[in-house]
Amino acid sequence: MTEKVLMSGNHVIGEAAVRAGCRFYAGYPITPQNELTEYMAGAMNKLDDGTFIQAESEIAAINMLIGASMAGARVMTSSSSPGVSLKQEGISFLSALELPAVIVNCMRGGPGLGNIAPSQGDYFQATKGGGHGDYKNIVLGPASGQELAEVVTKAFDYADKYRMPVFILLDGMMGQMMEPVVFPEFRDVKTLPERPWKIDGAKGRPSQVIKSLLLDVSVEEAHNWKLFNRYEAIKEEIQMAETYKTEDARLTVIAYGTAARIAKGAVDRARKEGLKAGLLRPVTLWPFPEKYIQETAKNNTEFLVFEMSTGQMLEDVKLSLNGSNKIHFYGRPGGPVSTPVEIFEEIKKHYPE
Amino acid sequence: MSETVFSKPKYLKDAVFHYCPGCGHGITHRLVAEVIEELGIADKSICVPPAGCAVLAYDYFDIDVGEAAHGRGAAVATGIKRVLPDRVVFTYQGDGDMAAIGTAETIHAANRGEKITTIFINNGTYGMTGGQMAPTTLAGQRSTTTPGGRTPSRDGNPLRMSEMLALLDGPVYIERVSVTSPKNIRAAKKAIKKAFQVQISNQGYSLVEVLSPCPTNWKMSPVDSCKWIDEYMTKTFPIGVIKDNTENL
Repeated sequence: MTEKVLMSGNHVIGEAAVRAGCRFYAGYPITPQNELTEYMAGAMNKLDDGTFIQAESEIAAINMLIGASMAGARVMTSSSSPGVSLKQEGISFLSALELPAVIVNCMRGGPGLGNIAPSQGDYFQATKGGGHGDYKNIVLGPASGQELAEVVTKAFDYADKYRMPVFILLDGMMGQMMEPVVFPEFRDVKTLPERPWKIDGAKGRPSQVIKSLLLDVSVEEAHNWKLFNRYEAIKEEIQMAETYKTEDARLTVIAYGTAARIAKGAVDRARKEGLKAGLLRPVTLWPFPEKYIQETAKNNTEFLVFEMSTGQMLEDVKLSLNGSNKIHFYGRPGGPVSTPVEIFEEIKKHYPE
Repeated sequence: MSETVFSKPKYLKDAVFHYCPGCGHGITHRLVAEVIEELGIADKSICVPPAGCAVLAYDYFDIDVGEAAHGRGAAVATGIKRVLPDRVVFTYQGDGDMAAIGTAETIHAANRGEKITTIFINNGTYGMTGGQMAPTTLAGQRSTTTPGGRTPSRDGNPLRMSEMLALLDGPVYIERVSVTSPKNIRAAKKAIKKAFQVQISNQGYSLVEVLSPCPTNWKMSPVDSCKWIDEYMTKTFPIGVIKDNTENL
C-alpha cells in the first residue's frame, strides 16, 4: 500500500484505474465528471502503452472501448447521466460480445438535460440493463473515496473474470468531494489474465471472430442462456453490502452511495436519542445484495429505503423481502442533498411503536 | 499437364457467398483478400465489417474480424489500432453505415489521421434492408423510400463522402474506383493495395470508395447495373484519385 493522499473522487477513480492496469480511456466532456477525463489524459499519455482519446461523441467513446477491449487492453470510459444514455448501444454490444470494460457514471439530476447536482436517478438504467436485449451489468455503488479506490480494482477484475461491462455508479457529490485515500499498488499489465479470445492478428493460430450477429435463432437463444447462467453465478459469488448497527435494529435504513453517508449520520443521531436504528448499505447494486437484506430481515426489523430518486432501488428491496417485512420510503429526486437531520426525522416518523 | 490459372484467394474461407448475383461485394472481397495475400499481412490484419450486406464478412475473410455496431466501424477500428499499432486494421463499410449513421465516427477518425484503412462500398442503396434511400442515392433515383425518385428539395442531395474527407488534414490517400469492368477491377485492386501500403508505412488514414452494383435493389440486370454505374453514377461520383499525399510508395 502507498501513503495516504487527499484527492477528489473523480481523480481517485483515474489513479485507481491506472494502477489496476487500465491502458485505454476514451471519453467526452460532461459535468460533473470532467476531472476524471482530464486525469486520464495526463495519466495515459505518461505511459508508453497508454491511450487517451477525447472522442467526438459518447457513442464513439464507447465504441472505441469495444475495439480496444477486443484488442486485449483493460479499458475504461466515464460520463454522467445524459452521456451514459448515449452509450447504451455500445453497452448492449459489450455485453453481447462478452467484452470486459469499466464504465463510470457520475450521476446528475435528470431526466433530460436535468442539472449537475447529485442524483441517484440512473439506478434502473444501470442495474436493469439500459440498452436493448437480455443482459445485465455488474454495478458497484461505493460510498467513500477509499472505497472508490478499492471498487475500481474490483471492477476491472470482475470485467475480466466475467467478460462483461462493469459500472461504477456514483454521483456528483462523490466525484467532487476530496477525501483521504490509500491506493493499492500498481498492477503489472503482464500479470493480468490472458485473453485467448482477443483479436490481434491470426499469427500461429486459426483466425477468430468477435461478433454478436447470431441469425440462427437456436444459436442466439443458447447465447442468451449462456449469459443468463453467468449472471446467476455472479449473484451467488459477489453480493456485497455493509451492515451498520443492524443486529438489534428495529428500523434499518437501506441506502447506497452518498445517500448511505447521510443515512449513517442519521442512524448515529437516532441511537443517541435511544432509537434502535441501523444501516444496510448495498455496495453491489447488481447483483443486488438480497442475501444481506434477507439475513437482516430475520431480526424482525422494519426498513426505511432512502434514495436520491423517487424510489428505484426500492423495487429491489421489495423483491428481496417479498412482503416479509414492512418497508417505508423516503426520496428526494432531481438533485437536492438531504441532511442527516432530515433522515433522522424520517427515522423518528417511521420508527415502530 | 494442367496448370491452375485462377483460384480462390488464400484468405477467403471455403464458404458460399450469400451475395446476390451481380453484386459488387464478392469482387471487392476477392480484391481485398488478394491484396492481403500479396502484401503478406494476413497474420496481422484485423477487419471491422459493417452492419449491412457485408456484415457476414467474417464468414468469408480468413483473418481476425471484430464486429461493429451500425456505423461505428471507424471508432472500433480506432480502438483496435491504438492498442495494436503494428497491426493492419481496416473497416469494410457500406454507404448507409459510413455516410449516414456513422458519418461522425468516420469524419473524426479520418480527421485524427487514424492509421486505418476504409473500404467504402457505395451502391447508392440500403441493400440488406431492401432498397431504401441511402445518403449516396442519386437525384431522381428510385428507392423504396423515394418511390417517385429522390427529390433533392425534399430528400436532400447525394453525399460525396470521399470529397468531404479529402478536405481534412488527416487522410493521406483517397481514391474512388468501380468494379464494372476488368479494367476498372484492376484499377480498384491497385487502389486497395495502395491504401493498405499507406497504413503499413504508417502514413495515415486511407480510403478507397468502390462504386458497386446492386442489381437486386436497383431492379436491373447485372450487365445493366454496370452500365448504369458507368453512365450515371460516375457523373455524381467521378472515379479517380481524390487525394494523394503519399510518399515513397
